Amino acid sequence: MSEGIDEPGRPVESAVGQGDLFAKFDPLIAMREGLLATGQEDPFNLVMERVLSPTRAVCNGRDTILLGTYNYMGMTFDPDVIEAGKAALDEFGSGTTGSRVLNGTYRGHRECEDALREFYAMDHAMVFSTGYQANLGIISTIAGKGDYIVLDIDSHASIWDGCKLGDAEVVPFRHNDVEAMDKRLGRIPAGAGKLVILEGVYSMLGDIAPLKEMVAVAKKHGAMVLVDEAHSMGFIGEHGRGVCEAAGVIGDCDFIIGTFSKSVGTVGGFCVSNHPKFEILRLVCRPYVFTASLPPSVVATAAASIRKLMHGSNKRAHLWENSKRLHGGLKALGFQLGTGNPQSAIVAVIMPDLERGAMMWEALLKEGLYVNLARPPATPANMTLLRCSLCAEHTAEEVETILGMFERAGKSVGII
Amino acid sequence: MDRAEVDARIRTLAEPFNKNGAEIDEDTTFAGDLEFDSLTVMDFVAAIEDEFDIIISMNQQAEIETWGNLVDTVSDTQSA
Repeated sequence: MSEGIDEPGRPVESAVGQGDLFAKFDPLIAMREGLLATGQEDPFNLVMERVLSPTRAVCNGRDTILLGTYNYMGMTFDPDVIEAGKAALDEFGSGTTGSRVLNGTYRGHRECEDALREFYAMDHAMVFSTGYQANLGIISTIAGKGDYIVLDIDSHASIWDGCKLGDAEVVPFRHNDVEAMDKRLGRIPAGAGKLVILEGVYSMLGDIAPLKEMVAVAKKHGAMVLVDEAHSMGFIGEHGRGVCEAAGVIGDCDFIIGTFSKSVGTVGGFCVSNHPKFEILRLVCRPYVFTASLPPSVVATAAASIRKLMHGSNKRAHLWENSKRLHGGLKALGFQLGTGNPQSAIVAVIMPDLERGAMMWEALLKEGLYVNLARPPATPANMTLLRCSLCAEHTAEEVETILGMFERAGKSVGII
Repeated sequence: MDRAEVDARIRTLAEPFNKNGAEIDEDTTFAGDLEFDSLTVMDFVAAIEDEFDIIISMNQQAEIETWGNLVDTVSDTQSA
């Protein structure tokens, strides 16, 4: 709608006078302008003109290795996945134009939920239109007035927004601090409902939660446990079910939240559970009811991908090799990393400040490497991070190329 | 525990977080006068929770703007 802004005769000034609701964004606008005034390419306005594979694209005119996509298992160009999507487009059309509880549940949505139930070996699966909505919907619906939510302070925005949408009392504890969580659970008034919310992998630093200890503490206090395994699905645990599987506590997790927009390689979110009354959520969960369901092609690609991920152990092994090599190589070059050892497919490189972080991001882009620039307030402790997420389709040679790019960029910016 | 004692105990807990050594009275605000960011708030609240063995949920924190509000909240939770 940008044309409207320039329309002649419109009183443009009145929109920026007193009472302008946009005044609250002024500090951010100033920070952005300051950053871009130095000639810096805009880190938050990158366009991928062509996507060549899960690991290569043409970005801002350059052939670029992708190291910031969360496309962990490289399923986006899998021939079977694409074939399933094309067939669904032909058979079922481009969209459902309806809610899951009205006209928006097609055969493909059921088949996708069947694939999830099999993948996690759980009784129930509910597919949402995004991962964000899965957290928003489940959290706000199951924790209501008078209930208590105890959660990690570094939780994802979708978890915080789910808390905000509901009416429960919200009690955070210091990141991955089992004792702090234990104490807070112990102080909740007797008889109140308790929901503990944890993540398997925390996406900013790529560290994992001590789920074995945390889930045991939650259960000791009679709390229900929700674990967001968005960044571990398909990769961590024997069957790729997540950190909770690797920690041997998946049986004590009441709800697992996940997404299709990472390892699965499309878009959508879900919750799986063994709770006997789980299906009632389809009628009471507003972010599930009051939105259109995913297009048939999306659920078809998701189902095909999930079924392939069940047999992805070789790819998982290669992804671990990539993660270990990149982590070890960056550490040896002298970069400061988010974790002392590789814990997931995310390797976070800590930048001294936003300015040099942005310079480093641009230097890498010019080398032909895309990583995520993460800045406050999304980051813990106000850090600026260059977040690298590896893909099972990165070759061992590509990881060496990436390390070379980091070395040259790091030296030119003066970080190493 | 009376309100004055609650105030005194919280005042001791606040010292390490009050980096600029700002004067604190009933109307002192945490975000404005003391310049507490979200992480400082979390640590400060955790220290109070541990000291008094109480919970101050984020819902309650949202209602607390001034030092006086905080002392009232902790005093009320104590007597509850």
